[in-house]
Amino acid sequence: MAEKLLEIKNLKTSFRIRDEYHAAVDDVTLTVNKNEVLAIVGESGCGKSALAFSIMGLHTRAKIEGNILFKGEDIANVAPSKLNKLRGKNMGMIFQDPLTALNPLMKIGDQIGEAILLHNNTLSKSQRREKVVNLLQKVGIPRPEHVFEQYPHELSGGMRQRVVIATAIANEPELLIADEPTTALDVTIQSQILDLIKDLKDDMDSGIVLITHDLGVVAEMADRVAVMYAGQIVEVGDVLTLFEEPLHPYTRSLFNSIPNAHGTQDKLHVIQGIVPALQNLPRSGCRFAPRIPWIDEAAHEEQPILHEVKPGHFVRCTCYKHFKFPEETKEEQHHGVS
Amino acid sequence: MWKFSLRRIMIMIPQLIVLSIFIFVLAKMMPGDALSGQIDPNIDPERIEEIRVQMGWYDPWHEQYASWIGGVVTGDFGDSFRFKMPVTEIISQRIVNSFWLSLVTLILTYLIAIPLGITSGRYNDTLRDQLIQGYSYLGFATPLFIFALVMLWVFGFKLGWFPTSGSVTPGLEPGTFDYFMSKFYHLLLPALSMALIATYNTILYLRNEIVDTKQKDFVLTAKAKGASETRIYNQHILRNSLLPIAAFFGYEITLLIGGSIFIENIFGYPGMGQLLVESVTLRDYSVVTATTLLFGAASVLGALLSDIILSIVDPRIRIK
Repeated sequence: MAEKLLEIKNLKTSFRIRDEYHAAVDDVTLTVNKNEVLAIVGESGCGKSALAFSIMGLHTRAKIEGNILFKGEDIANVAPSKLNKLRGKNMGMIFQDPLTALNPLMKIGDQIGEAILLHNNTLSKSQRREKVVNLLQKVGIPRPEHVFEQYPHELSGGMRQRVVIATAIANEPELLIADEPTTALDVTIQSQILDLIKDLKDDMDSGIVLITHDLGVVAEMADRVAVMYAGQIVEVGDVLTLFEEPLHPYTRSLFNSIPNAHGTQDKLHVIQGIVPALQNLPRSGCRFAPRIPWIDEAAHEEQPILHEVKPGHFVRCTCYKHFKFPEETKEEQHHGVS
Repeated sequence: MWKFSLRRIMIMIPQLIVLSIFIFVLAKMMPGDALSGQIDPNIDPERIEEIRVQMGWYDPWHEQYASWIGGVVTGDFGDSFRFKMPVTEIISQRIVNSFWLSLVTLILTYLIAIPLGITSGRYNDTLRDQLIQGYSYLGFATPLFIFALVMLWVFGFKLGWFPTSGSVTPGLEPGTFDYFMSKFYHLLLPALSMALIATYNTILYLRNEIVDTKQKDFVLTAKAKGASETRIYNQHILRNSLLPIAAFFGYEITLLIGGSIFIENIFGYPGMGQLLVESVTLRDYSVVTATTLLFGAASVLGALLSDIILSIVDPRIRIK
């Protein structure tokens, strides 16, 4: 059994909108093991980032319920001073947009150095500098001595993301949270950055939570996948199971909306509607039901829970048993007639 | 950095030339001249005309301008009709007073405004923030000349805490400590009156900038590094938020000059502002043009200063 690094139990993160609390992350239970990449997938607005921010304690005005156990210790709702000892040291975070994630007025070297300084003030200035230069080298930045003295605006997006990564891994964290680390970058840089994260993972033996909406990234990186919809986990499983037999209608719809290399489909599947806004989330029933209206209401559970269909493979709601795409239904009818 | 400053200084030269033309022409356009009011009415008007011609009053403006600017670049602003002495000499006494008054006002303004702006921005939408904002709007709405009169009346006359006019107690030896203290004592009330209501733009700019900056992504990065809230404010938010204050510095100086014209007259403080108003009413042209030109140059210089400060603080605008 792999060693558990992070255990999230019934996490509920709510935000106040007009004097009412609305849960952006609702009843999420997840584990991340050592040396494992857990991918969290979903459309924009599904609560992926809200979940990541909850783990790091980055929300300023949110109500957090449930437990977040980091190496067995609950870090949900602990004092910032206590969390500050973990953040940056035991857990690091890679942010989405490298263009805004760096302080424009601080030298690159000082920004990375700050992460080291905050957790280890025994180092002299030159030792710290040496460490930063090594980090820059590790993340594949050419001429690290030179870049040390540069400001963010002098670097390209890909280089800046490498700096963000160097900052996150400065103290070799056991848990690394990557919040869409490649979304803001172009495709060639994307694969370089992903390779880098992979190498670093093997290097440091840490657990990674990878948040993305790119299933290609998932296939390349993840060991396990959690699919999130409207604040809830709708399906969890290891990456092979999920790619070979996705069960939940949402997971299947996601897969169905990527073009395949064989070009056998002439039209891509489009998931009807949009993710509901936080205030408009349905209070009961299957949250995905409004987007698959052709499925009989009776197929859904009243209070959908996660069902373990196979060891390690969980699916929420019973609707997956009855779910078919409209095209499939048509085809069957067609066959029936002939 | 040096290249940037040099280039910026070069831009100032045409600005100053245009400014000097405007000032000269506008001063000439004022009705009347020093001879019309000051001279003994028993003198034959024809003699007055003669003097006018002699002094070059009817020469084309560009010739007059040329002779004036020729003097100005060598430091000669002409003679004052009123004081019967070189303008340079009159101004050199006043300019020191005005300089200290402006400096103390500026320091007081920032001493009051920056801590308030930081508090207001950091704890935005709390009672503290609302009180501070209320104060700054009040300052924005209060006319300086009314407020200064009230201050003078309360602290100068009613309570008698401060002297009500002048820049130094008569009879003190220049250079002594007592002289210095007396100077400071005399300019404290005018400076405070101006500073107290000139804080609004610094407070509000700083507040909004902090509120804005604290939602930036790099603040999250700093938080994720494990930086404490105090460190985040001091290291990351504050420096970024001070940029517009630095950019505003030049304008602040312009406001200060405008303010000092009122303040010096109300407090009877012998500075450039008071000199300007007196000289305008007496049509003392050489003094009017000289003081206005110096005020203009100070504003241009203030803009230069804010550009240089900005280029030191913000690496993005350093031009290589």
